[in-house]
Amino acid sequence: MLSYIARRLLATIPVIIMVAVVVFAILRLTPGDPAAILAGDDATSAQLAQIRQSMGLDQPIYLQFIHWVGQLLHGDLGVSLLSGTSVAGMIAHRMGPSFALAVGTIIVTLIIALPLGIIAAWKQGKLLDRAIMSFSVFGFSVPTFVVAYLLIYLFSIGLDWLPVQGYKPLSAGFWPFAERLILPVLALSAIYIALIARITRSSIIEVMGEDFIRTARAKGVKENVVLIHHALRNAAVPIITIIGIGVASLISGVVVTETVFNLPGLGRLVVEAVLARDYPVIQGLILLFSLIYILINLVVDVLYAVFDPRIRY
Amino acid sequence: MLFKFKRLCAGPILAFSAACASALLLASAPAGAQTVTAVMQSGLRVTDPILTTAYITRNHGYMIYDTLFGMDSHFKIHPQMVGKWSVSDDKKTYTFTLRDGLKWHDGAPVTSADCIASIKRWAQKDTTGQVLMTIVADMKAVDDKTFQVILKKPTSLLLEGLAKVSSRPAFMMPKRIADTPASQPIKEFIGSGPFKFVASEYKPGLRVVYEKNKDYVPRSEPASWTAGGKVVHVDKVEWVTMPDQITAANALLNGEIDYIEQVPFDLLPMLKGRDNVKVEVLDKLGNWTYYRFNHLQAPFDNKLVRQAAMYAIGQEDVLKAMVGNPEYYKTCAAVFGCGTPFASSYGKDEVIQSNIKKAKELLKKAHYDGAPVVIMHPTDIALASVQPVVIASALRKAGFNVKLKTMDWQTLVSLRDSQKPVSEGGWSIFCSYSILAASGDPFNNTTIASNGKKAWAGWPDVPEIESLRRKFAFATDMAERKAITARIQKLAIDEGVIGPLGQFVVPAAYSTKLSGVLSSPVTVFWNMKKAK
Repeated sequence: MLSYIARRLLATIPVIIMVAVVVFAILRLTPGDPAAILAGDDATSAQLAQIRQSMGLDQPIYLQFIHWVGQLLHGDLGVSLLSGTSVAGMIAHRMGPSFALAVGTIIVTLIIALPLGIIAAWKQGKLLDRAIMSFSVFGFSVPTFVVAYLLIYLFSIGLDWLPVQGYKPLSAGFWPFAERLILPVLALSAIYIALIARITRSSIIEVMGEDFIRTARAKGVKENVVLIHHALRNAAVPIITIIGIGVASLISGVVVTETVFNLPGLGRLVVEAVLARDYPVIQGLILLFSLIYILINLVVDVLYAVFDPRIRY
Repeated sequence: MLFKFKRLCAGPILAFSAACASALLLASAPAGAQTVTAVMQSGLRVTDPILTTAYITRNHGYMIYDTLFGMDSHFKIHPQMVGKWSVSDDKKTYTFTLRDGLKWHDGAPVTSADCIASIKRWAQKDTTGQVLMTIVADMKAVDDKTFQVILKKPTSLLLEGLAKVSSRPAFMMPKRIADTPASQPIKEFIGSGPFKFVASEYKPGLRVVYEKNKDYVPRSEPASWTAGGKVVHVDKVEWVTMPDQITAANALLNGEIDYIEQVPFDLLPMLKGRDNVKVEVLDKLGNWTYYRFNHLQAPFDNKLVRQAAMYAIGQEDVLKAMVGNPEYYKTCAAVFGCGTPFASSYGKDEVIQSNIKKAKELLKKAHYDGAPVVIMHPTDIALASVQPVVIASALRKAGFNVKLKTMDWQTLVSLRDSQKPVSEGGWSIFCSYSILAASGDPFNNTTIASNGKKAWAGWPDVPEIESLRRKFAFATDMAERKAITARIQKLAIDEGVIGPLGQFVVPAAYSTKLSGVLSSPVTVFWNMKKAK
């Protein structure tokens, strides 16, 4: 297993290099000019050219790429073209909200979705199953921002229990941290609860038809043990896959939730950087996201082996 | 079985619910009583107010820097950092003496050398400053607090430039900072203004914190626009960025923030009539919106085709679609804006009402051959996304072959620099808007410059306008200046240098806890008080 993990980690290097080259090339081929943002709306061509020169954007693309790779090899992601602050610092600052939102959402999702999926499988075809699956369809169908605004209207404006927006780090205290995360986590969880509950249900139903389940029942094993110990454990592989994809997309792509609740996370940073053509920030973020996806895939693969002893690498 | 299931699954649910419930019972921590939290129109990313003309950076400049002169709501210039000043009989030598007690935020006194260096850096970038420097023979320090500006010819541009309200105002900085080349951003943010920049709390694009400059000595006159006493009554001002304006409106209603700089027109019903919120237009001069032809390429390289388009496009149609509520817009043909000293109504028959019949006649006369008109259509900026659609519809009615090219604003800014024909990715028309405080005369209003390929995108070539702009620089008599700007107005409309689309104001909204909120074309936080 350890040698497998080491091989997979080594395999990330060519992937990251490929991502770096592609992202760098695509960004330079996309229309847009960071110098124009820096100079303001009424800058003349001569003023823009002067700023491009001071940013090094007048250099040939291959020279810009060599310069960037040189920085990367020294562990430096560069500085933002607009604010002049370090990209690594900007990413580090935005990691907290995204990470907190992702972890919170996954915890709430697992706490709610797994039991719902198990119950639905257990009561397959019954009223409870249909109710849970109807809820699941609702969770899929209603866009996250609609759920978000409804929650704000109810809990912030109506009941005045929770703030509308913002983020405080855990260092500011547990409650200031938690009170600003409750609504975004609930809003974002809806879709993941729906997804994971459905996957859990169908995976368990599939496993429940297997011979070993029949054998367990014939041996007189209680139904809850059959469900949790035998069925859920064997249905874990697809569930873990979906959770893994969910975690990765939660860290990198929850722009709408971050926007509605004004959370200064990585998703918003990507959008801001793309709109401003802040190349070093976009490049740094894409590299980070690639790394997150690769590592989460690795963790998921390792978990397969943990849950299913038949899988060996 | 159910019991065991509960043990397995219900435990964590209960724990989570208990954590939430117990947390809900705790009272939320009150915000700092004397901190004003404001949602600005965009996030601050570029912090050098000389490098960029971005309004958010200009507003940041007014927080931490001061200017030698300010302008009041009657467009009258008043000394600000300057205490005494005089001009020689030949009107060529200006002597400025700084007020007593002026200090930089690091405690050092403000000196003449600092001001001279700041003027030099500002003049390298600013349009008025660039013209001014061709007239300045010398700038020299007489002593630590007194300096002279010696002109080759008398001009009012010196005081007007130093009192410039909007981008770029002539902000004063310590010499070591002002010596930074004008094409490079400054790295240190030390001013002498009423607030200090809290660098440790600055998060680019997200949050900026300013604290009261306790050493600031305000003038004794009442505050008006950028002139008068900049008296600070709060301890801190915090600017936060909220990309979703509904969230900002909800946060204001919920008492989480105190101020929204610009409320989108469609959200006004959410805030108007609420007990705890006041909606008010603070920039009463407001903005003007306009479109720009590409004078280098067909079909708008033909003056008759430009005029046909100007007859086809009606301001009322654009403003209705863009703003909606007539309380916040008005039609105006003046290229220097209605309500400014150089307002002129010439061309109102051409630009205010749509006249498709006249447009068709002109197109026929121009032998328009159906050459494609590419209108750049940015979709990510609400105040620039509507005009192209309405313009396209009007031009189609007149018989133009119109193509709307959808893009984001950044792509537009990059493409509009292209002087290529439409067939090679060029453009024909784009729309934008500016604040009138930055557009009220032939130097501040960069859309008027008509020096061909050296001009702003669109590149109109009207030598007489350039000659009139030079004349304006040396005209010190108001009547003469009005005559010059009236002639520029006529040329600008007749030649299709710029197509005015009318004026609009954007209201601000703030908590009723705030008082002393000043009306000004730039957002300022002095004079503001916050009830506990």
